[in-house]
Amino acid sequence: MSYIENLLKIFVSSAVINNIILIQFLGLCSYIGLTDSLPNSIGMSFAVIFVTVSSSILAWMIDNWILIPTGLQSALQITAFILVIGSFVGLVEMYIKKASPNLYKAMGIYLPLIATNCLILGVTFINSMNHYDFVESIVSGFGIAFGYAIAMLLLAGIRERLRNSDVPEFFKGKAIAFMISGILSLAFLGFSGMIK
Amino acid sequence: MKKKLNVIWNAIIPNNPVLIISIGLCSVIAVSNSVQSALLMTFAFAMVQIPSNIIVSAMRKIIPNEIRVPIFVTVIAAFTTIAALISQAYFNAVYQIIKLYILLVVVNCIIIGRAEAFAYQNGIFDSFLDGVGNTIGYGLVLLTIAVVRELIGKGALAGIQILPDSYQPMLLMVLPPSGFIMIGILTGAIETYLRKKGGKK
Repeated sequence: MSYIENLLKIFVSSAVINNIILIQFLGLCSYIGLTDSLPNSIGMSFAVIFVTVSSSILAWMIDNWILIPTGLQSALQITAFILVIGSFVGLVEMYIKKASPNLYKAMGIYLPLIATNCLILGVTFINSMNHYDFVESIVSGFGIAFGYAIAMLLLAGIRERLRNSDVPEFFKGKAIAFMISGILSLAFLGFSGMIK
Repeated sequence: MKKKLNVIWNAIIPNNPVLIISIGLCSVIAVSNSVQSALLMTFAFAMVQIPSNIIVSAMRKIIPNEIRVPIFVTVIAAFTTIAALISQAYFNAVYQIIKLYILLVVVNCIIIGRAEAFAYQNGIFDSFLDGVGNTIGYGLVLLTIAVVRELIGKGALAGIQILPDSYQPMLLMVLPPSGFIMIGILTGAIETYLRKKGGKK
């Protein structure tokens, strides 16, 4: 199997087969909280794609250049990842605010939300557990964020329609969003045989 | 004494972190497909929630207000590392299945939320009780869902066959979608109950 084929496999598997929200259940807070409006979920998806890819790169460098050579991986990995990603997101936020106020208006309000989002940290742990190399980490990070965007847009679109429809009394509010996610997750389960 | 008990009780039912405030859902949905995973997850949660509450409360007078969140996160990260290493040492088989979710206890909104909202303002003993209460509140929901899912999905509890062989297991209940559906039904039930209660007043 060629290297490109391998990358494609990682992308498909992290975007749809192991969809981060619907199959692995990470990042549910923003998924349920922000999908009641379509523009918000589009903004959040772009912010997540950007931060996930850059933190995959950062985490790969920390893991392979500092933690593994010094033998501290099992003791310091969690602390190192969360502190570096947290401060990285803070820096990006400050930079965007200064450099491009328009982009900040579109993306800035989501960045603080991302800093402690379990999805971002989850991606770095998934990369490190699977021993991905540098390019593979980037592809996997992008694939996972792409899968997040798919799930966000699907649910946001459905919830927009739902506003004008008659929901049973019992499921009013958040409950219906969970039931829809259950059905979406059932649909995504159908992808599971795609790659052996 | 009654006031102390109230701190625990408050976190279990009236302000249940998972059902009422609906935070920390990721791990609840993900590890609730078997009782063993749920037990280990509750153990790891307790190992982080209770000590981090105590430490944050003990240091609350010397933590500067501006950088309190990074300090909370560092304290929580240290205890998560300890919990992950202990789980790996003693319960390795289950740990390998839910490894990702144990590592991600560090960003669990419940723990950061309690540090910020309770431990940073209250005494050490009260914070300890609040940690215990939140652990019970979290574990109770997690275990309830896990028991239902494993019983229907495999006819077993913690890996031991309970229902007779003639029972046809409903495999869907141990697959990911049913996690969402179970939480949906529970949230619906709680919200309907709160609506009815609010209507009566």
